[in-house]
Amino acid sequence: MAEAARAKPKPTPETQHFWDGTKAGELRLQRCDACANVYFPPRPFCPSCASRKVSMFKASGRGRLYSYVINHRPAAPGFTPPYAIAVVELDEGPRMMSNVIDCPQTPEALELDMRLEVAFEPLDDKITLPLFRPAKG
Amino acid sequence: MRRNQVAVVGAAETTELGVIPNMSQIQLHADAALNAIEDAGLKLSDIDGFATAVETPQQIAHYLGITPTWVDGTSVGGCSFMLHVRHAAAAIEAGLCKTVLITHAESGKSMIGKQPRSIPADSLQGQFEAPFGVYGPPSMFPIPVLRFMKTHGITHEQLAMVAVVQREWAARNPRATMKDPITVADVLNSRMIAYPFRLLQCCLVTDGGGALILTSAERARDFPRKPVYILGTGESVETPMVSQMKTFDSSCAFKVAGPLAFKEAGITHKDVDHLMIYDAFAHLPLYGLGDLGFMPHEETGKFIADGNTRPGGKLPLNTNGGGLSYMHSGMYGMYALQESVRQMRGIAPAQVPNAKISVCHGVGGMFAASGTIIFTNEK
Repeated sequence: MAEAARAKPKPTPETQHFWDGTKAGELRLQRCDACANVYFPPRPFCPSCASRKVSMFKASGRGRLYSYVINHRPAAPGFTPPYAIAVVELDEGPRMMSNVIDCPQTPEALELDMRLEVAFEPLDDKITLPLFRPAKG
Repeated sequence: MRRNQVAVVGAAETTELGVIPNMSQIQLHADAALNAIEDAGLKLSDIDGFATAVETPQQIAHYLGITPTWVDGTSVGGCSFMLHVRHAAAAIEAGLCKTVLITHAESGKSMIGKQPRSIPADSLQGQFEAPFGVYGPPSMFPIPVLRFMKTHGITHEQLAMVAVVQREWAARNPRATMKDPITVADVLNSRMIAYPFRLLQCCLVTDGGGALILTSAERARDFPRKPVYILGTGESVETPMVSQMKTFDSSCAFKVAGPLAFKEAGITHKDVDHLMIYDAFAHLPLYGLGDLGFMPHEETGKFIADGNTRPGGKLPLNTNGGGLSYMHSGMYGMYALQESVRQMRGIAPAQVPNAKISVCHGVGGMFAASGTIIFTNEK
C-alpha cells in the first residue's frame, strides 16, 4: 500500500495565480494599488482598505523564521516526525506557514530570525509547494 | 449591555466526566441539560431560548423537546459558550426570550456520535496550512510560543510552572482527571509533543458536557440557587489560521474581548477575586494575563512561577485544575464558566474565600476567537 500523502491544496479562482506562480518558480504576492498594502493569503481586494484594484507581483522569496514548532506526534500523513512547522515572515511583510528544508529539525539549528529563502517542491504536475531553506551567504 | 440585569440560575456538568463510553455526544448534551434544569428547579418546557455549538441548535433542541423563540448557534470554538452567555443576556434584556439554556458536550475521548473535524483542501487553511504538516491542535496552537518567549523573555521553566500550579488546584478537586502532584522536572521530562511543548503542557482529552440557564435578574430572585449576575461581557474573532495572526506577541481577539468586558463591568483588575483563563495549552494563561491587562506580558511567566496564581496566592487562576488537569473535552469554555459560577455560588471544591467577582476568559480555535464573561454574586 502506498504511503499516505501530504495534504494537497486545491486552488480556487482567487488563489489560482499563487499556485500557478509556485509551479513557475515564483512566489507571488498581491499589493493594493490604492494603499500599497501587501497581503497574503490571496484575495481580489485589499483587506486593509477594501479596494478591488490590486496587482500581483513576484516576491523576493526571502524572509526570516518568525516562529515554529517541531511536531513529534501525531504526525500528519506524508510526514516523518520530528518535523518543523514554521511561520516565515517575508521581506515584503506577510507571513506564511511552510517547512524549513536542508536544515536539521532541531531547536539548535532552527534559530528564530534566521534568514530563509524560498525553495519550490513539486507535489504533482499541478501543485508545487513553497518551502524554505536557510539563505546562502 | 447594562450590568447585573441577567443572572445564571442553573449550572451543571454531565453526571460523569472523563471517559464516558456509554453515552453519545448528543446524550451528553441532554445529560448536562437535564442536570442544569434540575439545578434551577425548572422543567424543560420553561426554556424558551436555546444556544449550543458544534451541533446545530435544532438538533439538540429537538432531542430535548424544546421549541424556543430564540436560538443561537454561534460556533467559534471552545469559547462559543462565553459568546452564548453574552448573546443570551442581550436577548433576555431585549425581551426576545425569558429563560435560556446553553449546552455543550463532546465525546472527545470516546468519539461516540462525534463528527470528525475536517479541513477542505480548497479552504484557505487547506491550501496554506494543511500541506505543511499541521495535524490537530497540538501541532498548531503552540506555533506562536517560541516568538512569544523571545519577545517577552519567558522561559521554558516558567511555562512548565503553569502546569505545576494547575495540578495543585486539581489536587483539591475530586472531579479532576489528574490529581497527583507534578514538578517542573516532571513537566520538562514528559514526552515531547510539539517542541517547545511536552505532554504535561497540553490539555487532556476527555468526554463530558455542561449546561447553563440564564434569566433576568428580577426573576432570578425566585430560583433555588444563589443568582450569579452577568457584570460584563466581551467577544471578538481574529483568524482561523494561526499563521495569519497579526502578531504572536499577543492575541488580537483577547485584546478586544477582555477590555470590553472590564469596561462594561466598570471594574479594575484589583477588583478581580477569581480568574479563569482557558488553558488548552500552557501558554494561554500568559497571553490572557497580558492581553486582559493584568500586567505586561513580560511579567506573566514570573508572576505564575512565583506562585501568585496557586492556592493561597493573590490571584487564584484556573481553580478547577483547568484544561491541563481538570478536563478538556475539546471545547473547554463551558467548564471554565461552570467553575466561575461555582466560585460565585461559594460551592467550588477549591473555594476562594469571599470571592465576589470572577473573570472568565475563553479562547476559540487557535487564538481564532475569544469571549470574556465577568460574573458577580452581589447585585
